[in-house]
Amino acid sequence: MLFTSYEFVAFLFLVLVLYYVLPGKFQWQFLLFAGYLFYFAAGPTYLLYILTTTVTVWFAACRMEKVRERQTEYLKEHKDKLGKEEKKSYKAKMKSKLWRWLLLMLLFNLGILAVVKYSNFAIVNINRIISAAGGERTLSLRNLVLPMGISFYTFQALGYLIDVYRGTVKAEKNLFRFALFVSFFPQLVQGPISRFGDLSATLFKSHPFQARTVCFGLERVLWGYFKKLVIADRMLVGVNTIIGDTDTYRGAYVFVGMMFYALELYADFTGGIDITIGVAEAMGIRVTENFNRPFFSKSIKEYWRRWHITMGTWFTDYIFYPISVCRPMLKVSKFARAHFGEQIGKRVPVYLSSFAVWLATGIWHGAGWNFVAWGLGNWIIIMISQEFEPLYEKFHGRFRVEGKTPWKMFQILRTILLMSCLRMFDCYRDVPLTFRMFGSMFTRWDMSIFRDGSMYGLGLSGPDYMVLLAGTVLMIAVSCIQRKGKVREMIAEKPYPVRFVIWYGLFLAVLLLGAYGAGYDASQFIYNQF
Amino acid sequence: MQELLEILKGLHPDVDFENCKTLIDDKILDSFDIISIVSEVYEEFDVTISAEYIKPENFNSAEALYDLIRKLEDEE
Repeated sequence: MLFTSYEFVAFLFLVLVLYYVLPGKFQWQFLLFAGYLFYFAAGPTYLLYILTTTVTVWFAACRMEKVRERQTEYLKEHKDKLGKEEKKSYKAKMKSKLWRWLLLMLLFNLGILAVVKYSNFAIVNINRIISAAGGERTLSLRNLVLPMGISFYTFQALGYLIDVYRGTVKAEKNLFRFALFVSFFPQLVQGPISRFGDLSATLFKSHPFQARTVCFGLERVLWGYFKKLVIADRMLVGVNTIIGDTDTYRGAYVFVGMMFYALELYADFTGGIDITIGVAEAMGIRVTENFNRPFFSKSIKEYWRRWHITMGTWFTDYIFYPISVCRPMLKVSKFARAHFGEQIGKRVPVYLSSFAVWLATGIWHGAGWNFVAWGLGNWIIIMISQEFEPLYEKFHGRFRVEGKTPWKMFQILRTILLMSCLRMFDCYRDVPLTFRMFGSMFTRWDMSIFRDGSMYGLGLSGPDYMVLLAGTVLMIAVSCIQRKGKVREMIAEKPYPVRFVIWYGLFLAVLLLGAYGAGYDASQFIYNQF
Repeated sequence: MQELLEILKGLHPDVDFENCKTLIDDKILDSFDIISIVSEVYEEFDVTISAEYIKPENFNSAEALYDLIRKLEDEE
C-alpha cells in the first residue's frame, strides 16, 4: 500500500476516524493493529520478519534490564561489604553479560538484514571472482523477498537496544507497546529512524480530538503529496529518459539529469517524510524531524547534519563514536602520535571511524558498488574539506567574504553541485558508467540543447516545465519562510478566505497537476527500497 | 583543569572555554572535535570516555567535561 495509492488515502481516513472515535486508552492498541494491517497489505510474509525482530529485541532488552536491576540491588545490599576493586570487578562482570545479549541481538538482526538485502550482491561478486579465477561452477542467485522498510525498523529497534545497554532508556516491559514503537505505520515505509525516548513520549498517550492538530497534520500531508506527485514524479519522467539512454543523452544532458535527480530526490524524500510526520501529527503523535532545509547548507558536512537527520545521528551515535573512542582505536591513535607525529595521530581515529561510517551509510542505502562509491565519495569530500579548513579560514580572513551574501550563495551552490555529482552514482547505478557520464559533461557539452527544443524530447512538455518551475519556486519560498517562522502557524493566522484559497489551491494542484492518471503510475518512493 | 583547557584551546584557540556553557548546543564543537578531545584525554589523563558518555551535557562546557573525567578516573 503506497502512500500515493487510493487505498492508502482510504486507509488513512478510516484509521483517523476510528482513532478518534475510540476511547483514548485504546488508541495505541488500535495503532498497533493498524500498523500490522498496513504491513500485512504490503506482503503477508513480511510480517514474520518484523515480528521476529520485535520479539527478539524486546526479550533481550527485558533480560538486560533484569541484569541491570540485579546489579543495582546487589550493590545496594553489599554497599558496605564491597571494596572498590570488588565493586569494579562485579560491574565488569555484569557489563559483559549485557554485552553478550547486545552482541547476540546485533548479530541475529543484522544477520537477517544482511541475508535478505545483501545475499545476491555477495553471490554476484563471488561468481565474478570464481570466473576471473577460471572456475566454471557458479552460485545461483537466491529468490529472497526484501521486507518493506526492513533497514528502517531494524535500525530503530537496534538503536533502542543499544540505548538500553547504555542505560539511557529503560526497557519497555510491555511487548505490545514495544511492537507499536517498531511498527508505527506512518514511519514504516521510509523512516524517520525514531529513538524510543522521543517517540514514546507521545505514542502511547491518549489524544482527544483537536481540530487544530488534525488540520495542521493534514496540511502537512497535503504538502507532502504536492512535493511527491506534482514535482518528484513529474521530474522522474525526465530523469528516466536521460539515464535510460546513455548513448543519446550525454554531455549537457547529464548535467540536466543530475540536477533533475537532485530535485526529484529532495521532493520525493522530504515529501514522503512530510506525509509521515503529518499523519502522526494528525493523531497527536510527534515524530522527529528528518530535514532542516538541506539545500541551504554551505558545506557537505553541514548538509549531512540537515539531510536525513535521524539516519545521520544514528550512524554518529551507534557507529562513529563507538568505533572512534574504543580502546583499540585510542591505542592506534597513541601509536600514530608516537611514530608519525601529533598531527597524524590526531587524525587517525577521525579518518578511520568516518571511513567506517560512510562505508556503512553507502551499504545501508543499497546492495551495489555504486552505493559503496557514493558513500566513500562523501567521505573523501568531507575529509578534504576538513583538511582545507585552515586554508579557507586564511582565505576568509584575507578577502573578508565570510558572512557576505554572494559568498554564502556561492557556498550553497557549491554544496548543491557537489551533492548532485555524488548522487549520480545512485542515478546510473553503475560505477564505470557514472564516471563516463560525468566525464562526458566536460568532453561533449553542447549548449544548443537548451535552445533547439531538445529539452522537450525528455518526456516533459512546456506546461510540465512550467509546473516544475512554479513548484520549485514554491518549495524554495516555503523553505525561506521556515527560516523566519512556522508556515502553518502563519497560515492559521490569516483570515478564513485566505486560508481557504491556500488549502484548496494546494488540494486542486495535487488533484489536477499530480503525475497520475492515464499514462502515469504514481511511483514508489525512492527511499522505500532502502 | 589546566591540562584540559590546553587541549580544548589547541582545537579552537579563539573560544572562551573557561566560561562557555554551550559548546555543543551552539555547534562550537563538532563530532570530529569530540573524537580529538577523547583521544587527547586518553593520552593526558589515561581515562577512556566511552561512547555512552558522549552526550551534549558532558561536552557543553570544560567544567562538565572535567567532572566527567574525574568521575571516570574514580571508576577506573
